[in-house]
Amino acid sequence: MKLVDFLFYFFGTLAVSSALMLAIVRHVFYGALLLIVCLLALAGIYVLAFAEFVAITQILIYAGGILVVIIFGIMLTTRSEKPLLVEHTNVFAGVFVALASFGGLVFLLNNESFRLADPFSGSTTLSHVNTIGVSLMTTYMLPFEVSGILLLMALVGAAVIASTIKRKA
Amino acid sequence: MMFPVDHALIIAAFLFSIGLLIVITKRNTILVLLGIELLLNASNLNLVAFNQLRPGTLDGQMFVLFVIIVAVCEAAVGLAIVLQVYQYFQTSIPDSVSEIKE
Repeated sequence: MKLVDFLFYFFGTLAVSSALMLAIVRHVFYGALLLIVCLLALAGIYVLAFAEFVAITQILIYAGGILVVIIFGIMLTTRSEKPLLVEHTNVFAGVFVALASFGGLVFLLNNESFRLADPFSGSTTLSHVNTIGVSLMTTYMLPFEVSGILLLMALVGAAVIASTIKRKA
Repeated sequence: MMFPVDHALIIAAFLFSIGLLIVITKRNTILVLLGIELLLNASNLNLVAFNQLRPGTLDGQMFVLFVIIVAVCEAAVGLAIVLQVYQYFQTSIPDSVSEIKE
């Protein structure tokens, strides 16, 4: 087994097991930490798939941004000193739906075979970052600008929603 | 190097199912949000894996970047709503928030 395969299955096992623990764990803060582990493992898989820029974005934005915001949310919604434990509800329905979707997806994936046509032709370029930067400013100009406006709207909206200023009626 | 696309797709399917399980079973709004993030990541892994089937193009990776941007917006607005609901109802259990009147 080559090193690359070993790394792929290592990161895959890490992602799958941390996601499974996230479904089981009852401690909200541990849940957030397990999600960080899962996201970093996915970033490792992205690196192996020659998607370095996506991996860096994943680490910066997910593990650095979203998870920090989520941990702030956990701390602000925990009232007492004792840790916040979560109950599970609809366990039977949830497990049934999850198993059904997983079984259906694996069944559909088994019918098709996704193989690389030519393993030597793919992804030999040096810098994907350069290509991504150029295409963000040319081919993907409109989605880029629209997502900028979306980010602005979402941040302003979140600040307005979360502000605790009581207006006089 | 052969990137095992099949196995990446199976990992993504597993993560999607676990995200669905978390969204359905957890009785805490923040953990439900974590489950939604897991669903989005499963779709991102699918996009990156399918991008490997088309060497020389980067459409899948660009799509992943835009999905991440939308996930950021969703997390920010969702957590703002969670905080405000917590201040009003003093709980973060989604089932117990069932009225809208003042």
